[in-house]
Amino acid sequence: MIQRMVTSALFAGFAAGLLAALLHFAFVQKLILLGEGYETGTMVHFGAPAPVSHGQDATATAAADAEHADDGHSHEPAAPAENRNAMTSLFFGLTYIAYALLLTAGFGLAQVYGKAIGLREGLLWGLAGFAAFQLAPAMGLAPELPGSMAADLTARQLWWLGTAVSTGLALAVLGYGKGALSLALAALLLALPHVIGAPHPEGFSGVAPPELAAAFATRSLGVGLIVWAALGALAGQFWSGKPL
Amino acid sequence: MTTKTLTSTKSTALMSVLFVAMLGGSVLFLAGHAQSQALHDAAHDVRHATGFPCH
Repeated sequence: MIQRMVTSALFAGFAAGLLAALLHFAFVQKLILLGEGYETGTMVHFGAPAPVSHGQDATATAAADAEHADDGHSHEPAAPAENRNAMTSLFFGLTYIAYALLLTAGFGLAQVYGKAIGLREGLLWGLAGFAAFQLAPAMGLAPELPGSMAADLTARQLWWLGTAVSTGLALAVLGYGKGALSLALAALLLALPHVIGAPHPEGFSGVAPPELAAAFATRSLGVGLIVWAALGALAGQFWSGKPL
Repeated sequence: MTTKTLTSTKSTALMSVLFVAMLGGSVLFLAGHAQSQALHDAAHDVRHATGFPCH
């Protein structure tokens, strides 16, 4: 069974990773580059708070921002552009292969308990995966455009992981459980991370325009939905081993 | 097939499920969450776009 799980995951994850890279470069990458322009101070949003005083002109603010960018807090990738996009494609592949392995492990578990998975079930699992790994975490920690402000990294990673696990379990219980008790358990697991609340910075001092951050968040979620749907359907199809 | 072999088939299957899930979790950690500078730089755009907390 290991071989079936791993091969289904490799094929589905690789295909989904390619689709993710394609959609990313079509819809999302230019927003990241714009966000980095504001992050490093090569561009200045007119509404951005002036770092020193209100009496500065835009050039002075840009210079101050550029200076800030050199203080060791810049998080730009060191790799040159062509290498950067190759790395992005590679890591989309790795990320979706990882997600596919988690999906097919779930398919294996379902099989142990006598539940068959095919293309349609796979599609539903993919949508649930999107909800668990992207949508629910994004409700607490919105996708970060470079140049946004956020709280402590470890705290956010822990909250992210807890939310993904809790939401994933909830959806599994909703999908395969029976009765009022499993409904209640699922509702509790769905709500819990948001009742605890995601770690947030104390104030808002992001330098990028809100329009850009909004477009980035919605587009990255939209792309995620499409790719997860494809990933789930493909993994289910490969797992079932039936002809289309 | 006896009850004993059925149980052992089931536990083997569950071990396989656990193994594949841990494999997926490890790859996900490396691609999305590990903070080594080289990994962070290479995975930077993907982490932002897939909603992982990046830095």
